[in-house]
Amino acid sequence: MTDIREVSVEELRHLVSERALTGETMLLNMGPQHPSTHGVLRLLIELDGEIVVNIIPDIGFLHTGIEKTIETKTYEKSEVMTDRQDYLNPLGNNLVYCLAVEKLAELDVPERAQAIRVILAELTRLNSHLLWLGTSGLDLAAMSVFLYTMREREFIQDIFELVSGQRMMTTYFRPGGLWRDVPEGFEKAVRNFLAIMPRRIKEYDDILRFNEIFVDRTKGIGVISAEDCLAYGLSGPVIRACGIPHDLRKKQPYSGYEQYDFDVAVEEGGDVYARYRVRLKEMTQSLRIIEQALNRLPKGPVRSNNRKYVPPPRAEIGVSMEALIHHFKLWTEGFKPPVGHVYATTESPRGELGCYMESDGSSKPYRVHMVTPSFVNLQALPLMGRGLYIADLVAIIGSIDIVLGDADR
Amino acid sequence: MNEYLKQVITAMESRFNTSLEQFREESSLIVKPAFIVPLLTALRDEFQFDMLMDVTAVDYFPQETPRFHAIYQLYSMQHNLRIQVRALLDGNAPSIDTVESIYPSANWKEREVYDLFGILFVGHSDLRRIQMPEDWVGHPLRKDYPLGYEEVQFTFNFEDIMRNKPQAKD
Repeated sequence: MTDIREVSVEELRHLVSERALTGETMLLNMGPQHPSTHGVLRLLIELDGEIVVNIIPDIGFLHTGIEKTIETKTYEKSEVMTDRQDYLNPLGNNLVYCLAVEKLAELDVPERAQAIRVILAELTRLNSHLLWLGTSGLDLAAMSVFLYTMREREFIQDIFELVSGQRMMTTYFRPGGLWRDVPEGFEKAVRNFLAIMPRRIKEYDDILRFNEIFVDRTKGIGVISAEDCLAYGLSGPVIRACGIPHDLRKKQPYSGYEQYDFDVAVEEGGDVYARYRVRLKEMTQSLRIIEQALNRLPKGPVRSNNRKYVPPPRAEIGVSMEALIHHFKLWTEGFKPPVGHVYATTESPRGELGCYMESDGSSKPYRVHMVTPSFVNLQALPLMGRGLYIADLVAIIGSIDIVLGDADR
Repeated sequence: MNEYLKQVITAMESRFNTSLEQFREESSLIVKPAFIVPLLTALRDEFQFDMLMDVTAVDYFPQETPRFHAIYQLYSMQHNLRIQVRALLDGNAPSIDTVESIYPSANWKEREVYDLFGILFVGHSDLRRIQMPEDWVGHPLRKDYPLGYEEVQFTFNFEDIMRNKPQAKD
């Protein structure tokens, strides 16, 4: 065993003020096991009494080397890893990975598969926002809303289980389409959910909007300006709460989002309360998208017919020699996209989720890099938190909605 | 290709001697590392590429020299366009100027690239490891970094492997 190296203040000297070295201000460690940091986030906070002077976030506790592992697996096997990054947005991660592979290989995706992708991606957004609403309400002592959001989240988890057999780590989208078509009860389950949800969203809003403590602790807290948002590359609800209507579903549509009619949720102010309003509006818009997609859900295949990339259906293998060869090749070797590199992006519940993928012509990706919104948004935390009380910091961490699996990968 | 993007690319070609690479309607500018700061400054100030979405790298060991490509993904909010900038870095003590002063978002991204690839960003304000522990040796995303690997035990080599296996109590 090698000795554990200890980090001294000297190493962080360039990040703390002079007063920290004389003992005038206090350096306080928050996390990594603190419940309100939403995962394993460690913050080193320089405090002047109750006032935050500076914050030094320390991440990497959940680093599992996903990018390195992906390089040693075939394209199809690597996809399983993407679920584990942002565990509140598993289908969104699958989607961006599949989009990157499809762009690289110029693979077509049937209409039906695209519509189902949209429905499930929006359900994932609702799922993530519901958990966010519950936990960040809990952070601000609004206990009851957590119980309600968890109840509704269960409906969504059940739908995921229905289609993929898994509640969280679904790997349901595959390059070129879906794993299989949705089962019979799918449409009914989603319609049931759509029927109850608008009323419930209003209920959450009523609980929190009229909660004086919640409003006091969120209005005017954690303000970030639109210029800083651009400079720090922030995206998602954080940037939309600053009055910039930036939504990749509208601006650079993917998976057929251009066919749906929805509004981009925008708020002014850039504080915690504005972010709360944006997410709540987004939930309503997601329901609109799901309803439209469900109404026009086309019939047809859910996987591409390109046999060089997508395995043939089971029935074909028994009667076609060629199908058998394709099946064998795809499951032993994997497919080989052409040499090149692509960058695919989607709008995840937290912001711009990108996937940089490079192929060297073999059956394993040469390099995959996930550009994750939690990592980017967390970087701006010191900017939002300086000069506020330490208790406000808890509200701010909740409002930027970080998932540490997403930040550390 | 978009007219505006064409304009940007020709301007960059004449000023910084960049070469263009295109694949699947994405444009990448390949630039010498010495020009990275003036190039990104020009892209931000004159061509409204106001967001740096990502900094990453790729290691081409051993088949290619220069060994590393540092990759910058830029986005223009006003024009809704993306452009990629790639700087080619030598494998022997790779280093490039930091772009932190142009785009503050590069701070953590460059720390991550330093941590996982060992590329030095000259002038960076806080170049510490970010994902790996502070006392980690090596840079995991390099292609010559050994993969952690446990040999499969069979009856014939069971004893052999057992002897060298690290045990929890040491």
